[in-house]
Amino acid sequence: MTDATASNAAPDAPRKGSLLDQDDRTRRRNAAEARFKAYGIAAVGVGLVFLIALVSAIIFNGVGAFQQTFVDVEVYLDPEKLDKQGNRDPADLRKVSTFGYKPLIREAVFAKVQELGIETEIESANEVEALLSASAPAQVRDFVIANPDRLGDTVAFKMLASSRVDGYLKNRVTRDSIARDKNIDAVHLDLTDALRDAGVVEKTFNLSFITGSDASESRAEQAGLGVSMLGSFFMMLVVLGLSLPIGVAASIYLEEFAPQNKFTDLIEVNISNLAAVPSIVFGILGLAVFIQFMHLPQSAPLVGGLVLTLMTLPTIIISTRASLKSVPPSIRDAALGVGASKMQAVFHHVLPLAMPGILTGTIIGLAQALGETAPLLLIGMVGYIATNYPDGLASGFLDPNSAMPAQIYEWAKRADPAYYERAWGGIIILLVFLLTMNIVAIILRRRFERRW
Amino acid sequence: MPLFWLILIVLALAAAGYVAGRRRALASAGGSSHGLHSLPSYYGSNVALSALVPAFAILVGWLLVQPLVIENSVSGMIPERAIDEGSSLSLVMSDVRRVADGLDTAVAQGAMTPEEAGSIRSEFTDVRERLGAVGVALGSDVGPEVLRAAQRYRAMSSTGNLLMTLAVLGAAVGGFGFSYIRTHRDFRARNVVEAGVRLLLLFAASIAILTTLGIILSLIFNTIEFFKLWPPAEFFLGTTWQPSFGGGSELGVLPLLWGTFYISLIALAVAVPIGLFAAVYLSEYASKPVRAFAKPMIEVLAGIPTIVYGLFALLTVGPMLMAVFGRDGLGWMQAGTAVMTAGLVMGIMLIPFVSSLSDDIINAVPQAMRDGSYGLGATKSETVRQVVLPAALPGIVGAILLAASRAIGETMIVVLGAGAAARLSLNPFDAMTTVTAKIVSQLTGDADFASPEALVAFALGMTLFVITLGLNVLALYIVRRYREQYE
Repeated sequence: MTDATASNAAPDAPRKGSLLDQDDRTRRRNAAEARFKAYGIAAVGVGLVFLIALVSAIIFNGVGAFQQTFVDVEVYLDPEKLDKQGNRDPADLRKVSTFGYKPLIREAVFAKVQELGIETEIESANEVEALLSASAPAQVRDFVIANPDRLGDTVAFKMLASSRVDGYLKNRVTRDSIARDKNIDAVHLDLTDALRDAGVVEKTFNLSFITGSDASESRAEQAGLGVSMLGSFFMMLVVLGLSLPIGVAASIYLEEFAPQNKFTDLIEVNISNLAAVPSIVFGILGLAVFIQFMHLPQSAPLVGGLVLTLMTLPTIIISTRASLKSVPPSIRDAALGVGASKMQAVFHHVLPLAMPGILTGTIIGLAQALGETAPLLLIGMVGYIATNYPDGLASGFLDPNSAMPAQIYEWAKRADPAYYERAWGGIIILLVFLLTMNIVAIILRRRFERRW
Repeated sequence: MPLFWLILIVLALAAAGYVAGRRRALASAGGSSHGLHSLPSYYGSNVALSALVPAFAILVGWLLVQPLVIENSVSGMIPERAIDEGSSLSLVMSDVRRVADGLDTAVAQGAMTPEEAGSIRSEFTDVRERLGAVGVALGSDVGPEVLRAAQRYRAMSSTGNLLMTLAVLGAAVGGFGFSYIRTHRDFRARNVVEAGVRLLLLFAASIAILTTLGIILSLIFNTIEFFKLWPPAEFFLGTTWQPSFGGGSELGVLPLLWGTFYISLIALAVAVPIGLFAAVYLSEYASKPVRAFAKPMIEVLAGIPTIVYGLFALLTVGPMLMAVFGRDGLGWMQAGTAVMTAGLVMGIMLIPFVSSLSDDIINAVPQAMRDGSYGLGATKSETVRQVVLPAALPGIVGAILLAASRAIGETMIVVLGAGAAARLSLNPFDAMTTVTAKIVSQLTGDADFASPEALVAFALGMTLFVITLGLNVLALYIVRRYREQYE
């Protein structure tokens, strides 16, 4: 209780002195007022601080993922070793596994080190392998299979550095942190420093993080978000293709045609409840109905899209109904007055006028669906390494794939800290998509919204 | 892809129907639309819709029912003795399906002739090896009953598919023909089409009911299945949660419920004061530009996907708390994932919920009440505390309940931030786990859906659904009652 109510029973003694002098009680009440306002400012401030902390954590941790360390290596493609028959037959070339390429690469790196005259404790070529990604031999092998006529040449490659070297250049890996790491030693870091000064090792923009595919647990440097982005894209196609027509149809029915009865009430109650059902429950629904019962393929974007459609429907229905409601009745009356049927009035006049609002709501619903993770976990979109791009439309919908948020979760679970950086980087990409969608929605609303 | 072609054929038929219906109507009126009852496009739409809608309805219905019928008839073929100790009918049935799929693959790749696939006997051939040769890996050897059931399964599915194709095409052609014949200048095409469209609209609206039904049925059936294998008393009253797919699990829900409530409590302890004060400040004190800036900024927090918060908890907040309360600091915390980590981050996520809902409610309090309070000499803060907030209280309670239901159902933050160990403890720096996190961990991976360890996830889901539904209904009830007072 404040003083105002506490002491209004007994009137104070007659006031002495100037009215401009504040007495104790007024001072206390004013102080309480100032405190209360300060709490409010503090609360808003704390909210904004949290937002800033979140955004800066994302940017600070995630920007590194867009840069990757590469090593310039000139590899002599030794025909003696890679093509023993000497007939350049691709079938024969394929028989040489990546193990056959490893020695060539490490010799090339070691030769480079010696040529530059770098003083290092590394004495044999075997030890320089720790600098390079495990994907390097495959890279060279793919090149040789694609260009058999280059055998015998010395070809310059830009190879991925190992995630430890990459982390060292990004200050994630330090000399202290590798003390117990058996993948790399301090001498390698010295060598990395020297090679960086010589311009052989350099950090550049990494497009393959955005377009590439996921990699195995031990090759963080190779992992990219491209395939799961396609997975998300196909899922959003399903969501858009189903939830927009169904949502609009349902809203038109409820807003324009539904009679006042129990059944309509039931639908309304259901929609408002579905909007508040936890997303994980939709995942259970997807698992039980689409996978267990209907035997649709696990991890397929089609199933993910169906589950997310059911989740987004309430959002779209609620916003569509609001924009249908905002179209004034005079429009309907005018249409009916010149002889249109009720259906014609709605489809020819009300719906086009409500379209900007409907589209805004749909985009916001899609943005929500794009970031949703929990239901995807249950229909098998994690634990799956998305390495293959879909071949076409059907395979895009039906083949197992990941989705952006599921991929981020997958990376966050992996043991290698190099994957954490990629998870943050993935979040930046995800948020860029969400931001774009929301901005488009806001622009749509600003441009086309009509005030009646 | 026969299904794809079937759909395409029906669509093509509908498109042809539109053109044909329109033309026939015009022809019956002597080439001019003046003599027609409806606009020509309605006659076309009538034919198109009658070709399309019944055919698709049959298609969808058939696709839903056929697996049930086949499953029932095939599972009757498997005698009791074919089910091993520790196995169950549904496990054997999943074997049957796998073998049937394998036979399909083998036939498709040309490794078997269709007749051979229908007639081989496991007594004479090693089916597992032959299927392995075409890339179908089977977990165990194929028994004669399973193989025979799989062959029956294949036979029934192919007959079923054939019948379905016939039925769907029949419906499409029938609908086409029927409405094409009816097309005439006096036929009231618009009324028929509009009634049909209205039915479609009604169906779209009913999808919400179907979804709820789907959720409830999928939860109930699997929960019943679970309680057949596991005594309900042990589930609801057990104080240990130790699932192991090898056997000897203990599946008591209490530690999970405790973790859920503890984390939600901390989240609400963060979100409610901050959200409420922010709402009061923004609606009562803030100048227009401040409000125009701060309100959307705080609402951005609600638009951020929960996976982002999860990562923030795991990689930023966890280590930060560890530095203060961990071994190097106060020594209360064992690991970065804890109730406190998840609760704090979830609290941040809920701030905009509490603040924007409360903001709406505070704004709905009539200005006259404030003016009356000012007129009696109350300060602004006294007005807020003694007039505005009591008036808005039911709505604010509703908002807090909605936020609580959000907190209880939240998954990603707890999966990443709260740890995996289920324990009953009062220390907020201990790792605990929640109902949602355990649903995820019991249902991801290649668990078979017949074991109590996997089925328990459905019982957990049911518990979660009932709790959140209760909270939502209560919240909506309170909010609705409050609205009636002032509008």
